Amino acid sequence: MPSFVINEKCDGCKAQDKTACQYICPNDLMVLDKEKNKAYNQAVDMCWECYSCVKICPTQAIEVRGYADFMPLGAVVQPLRSTDSIMWSVKFRNKKIKRFKFPIRTTPEGSIDPDAGMETGTDDLKSPVLRTEPESLGIDVPVKVIENS
Amino acid sequence: MENFETVIIETDLLILGGGMAACGAAFEAAHWAKKHNKKVTVVDKASMERSGAVAMGLSAINLYMGLKNGKNTIDDYVNYVKNDLMGIARDDLVANIARHVDSSVHLFEKWGLPIWKDEEGNYVNEGRWQIMIHGESYKNIVSEAAKNALKELGDNGEYYERIFITEPIMDGGRCVGAAGFSVRENKFYIFKAKSVLDVMGGAVHIFRPRSVGEGLGRSWYPPFNSGASAYFTLKAGAEMTCQEVRFVPVRFKDSYGPVGAWFLLFKSKATNAKGEDYMETRKAELENWAPYGTTKPTPTNLRNYLMLQELEEGNGPIYMKTDEAIKELMADIKDEKQAKRKMKELESEAWEDFLDMTVSQALNWASHNISPEESPSEISACEPYFISSHSGASGAWVSGPKDLSPSDDYHWGYDNMTTVKGLFAAGDASGASSHKFSSGSFTEGRIAAKAALAFIIDNPDSATFDDEKIDEIKAKILQPLSVFNEHKDYTNDEDVNPNFIKPKMFMFRLQKIMDEYAGGATVNFKTSKALLEKGLEFLEFMKEDAEKLAAKDLNELMRCWENIHRLWQAESHIRTMLFRDETRWPGYYFRTDHPKMKEEWKAFANCKWNPETGEWEMIKRDIKELT
Repeated sequence: MPSFVINEKCDGCKAQDKTACQYICPNDLMVLDKEKNKAYNQAVDMCWECYSCVKICPTQAIEVRGYADFMPLGAVVQPLRSTDSIMWSVKFRNKKIKRFKFPIRTTPEGSIDPDAGMETGTDDLKSPVLRTEPESLGIDVPVKVIENS
Repeated sequence: MENFETVIIETDLLILGGGMAACGAAFEAAHWAKKHNKKVTVVDKASMERSGAVAMGLSAINLYMGLKNGKNTIDDYVNYVKNDLMGIARDDLVANIARHVDSSVHLFEKWGLPIWKDEEGNYVNEGRWQIMIHGESYKNIVSEAAKNALKELGDNGEYYERIFITEPIMDGGRCVGAAGFSVRENKFYIFKAKSVLDVMGGAVHIFRPRSVGEGLGRSWYPPFNSGASAYFTLKAGAEMTCQEVRFVPVRFKDSYGPVGAWFLLFKSKATNAKGEDYMETRKAELENWAPYGTTKPTPTNLRNYLMLQELEEGNGPIYMKTDEAIKELMADIKDEKQAKRKMKELESEAWEDFLDMTVSQALNWASHNISPEESPSEISACEPYFISSHSGASGAWVSGPKDLSPSDDYHWGYDNMTTVKGLFAAGDASGASSHKFSSGSFTEGRIAAKAALAFIIDNPDSATFDDEKIDEIKAKILQPLSVFNEHKDYTNDEDVNPNFIKPKMFMFRLQKIMDEYAGGATVNFKTSKALLEKGLEFLEFMKEDAEKLAAKDLNELMRCWENIHRLWQAESHIRTMLFRDETRWPGYYFRTDHPKMKEEWKAFANCKWNPETGEWEMIKRDIKELT
């Protein structure tokens, strides 16, 4: 399959101009069937199983069934992603279940200041010093580092 | 195509791509553009939050120098990279990335990327150059910084998503823009720029993958990186380097989960079916590839080669001994409670490694009832990919920095400018600077963007632009739609028609040719002059048939162009493998007619397509070492 949409749970992202999965899929695979008002994966053999659609779906309507040409049936790996962490449940074919939780981000979404409060040490476009350097590097930018150059 | 609106956008710096290098470029460009009142436009085929090779996340940052703590020197890193690539690297480019990369990693951390820390608050190293991260949202974080940087420019900062770029726009010898189309609405785009930065990633699906059913999409590097970078620079007439240096990763079998944490963090071994550690039993073979083979760490391609020899002798499957590695790590812990805690920790680390960056591998373990502490897992060599940010090297030949580059053929004015005026490349688009990975690609994007702005200041004149040419380019890009419309009613099957070919079968034909003639996975990566020449003959038919590619919709139009891009990457690959008549990376490809490494080929094999004549030129360039 790889990613598939559960009919009952998908609401076609209602009145949005595009569905969340359409917005996110890096390979442009998710499309909305306008008649049924359900999203679907239009080329499952081009799916990377990256789970971007699974993670973003507001109704948790998308899951992944492992590539059938090399995975036995029965396993489910499903995430629940929040703003600072992700919870995974891993269900084995033999019904064993494992759960994991990992941090994903230490700052609030949308809050990033690109300079992170740091100054750039030059105004010279031709200097090798990049934005926020040398502060972000923690040392002066090494110049002519290689002796016999 | 009358119903296609033509949209013309004018800008100063045009950044093509949305991955790590593009984000680095946007971040850096915004700062300098603001100071000089210039405009920056980023055009992405996907959505930046999850576009490019880091879309899924990563469990490690593979390049962190630790310069401020004196952990490593730049010389050490340069030596490591060129040894891994069997002597073929641009020391100046590698050193330039290495001297800045820590700055990028420190920024990632401040922006919100959780990096593993030890008790003293230092980063946890996976290996000498690698640090561990909780990287599920690595790309989300970095793209947010890039987008916020563009916002600092107000109207002078633009981001376009879901636009597929295909053609460079030239004014004489200078690159002055790019053409493409929206994959969501009937719009054709022309971006006019004073300078263009190509950061559109590497190439996948040139070779037939090992899985050809649903698993076709489970390439190690993402299927949406389809050779746009190489096509763009080739078509502009830029010189390319290392187009023969593909990368063949060894990964967990089929789902291609990462092995780095297992080899480096968990100190696991790989063995043949008899339990023999082939890195030990086949050690003598490494002497045939000295001095690289006898220098530690053993080059990636040679580790592959020893494994491939095992398989050829019928000693498979090859196993990653995860169970033994865990046992070893638990050996010293006697206290039962402590042991339980340690086991839980190791288990969590092992699963996170996959869940952060290759969820499919977790699914693979779960579907086979594999627990790593209980049983080993198979590993195998994937199909070949083109990715200069890892242990491959293919990409454009670019200028190095003034203070590090040894001579005029390595340095011509602006860091990371290709041999085409105004056209820059970074990340997987620039060659001979391997092992930059995610952090180095971001960093190289920064270097290139700053240099491109310097170029814009020095070359302020707007390029002349022939508007008649626009209609010509538009017709060419939209041609697969017209081909389909013209012939679709002739048969009752939209995919089978004697007048056209659909992109999927076109891709399968390319993959079959490359696999069988150019040393793919099913022939154990072996090829020869006779095979390569035959393959090239078949590519000529493909070039003719490319004119008959047909698309029923915008999605298929993108697939058509992706496969034309792949075809160009493939042709430059075959031509360069033919040019280099030796075997230098036996675990990547093996020339059976020239089975040994030759001293005269300790050199770059470059190539160039001439836009005027349509002819290919092969160029041998010296390696000038700095360390």
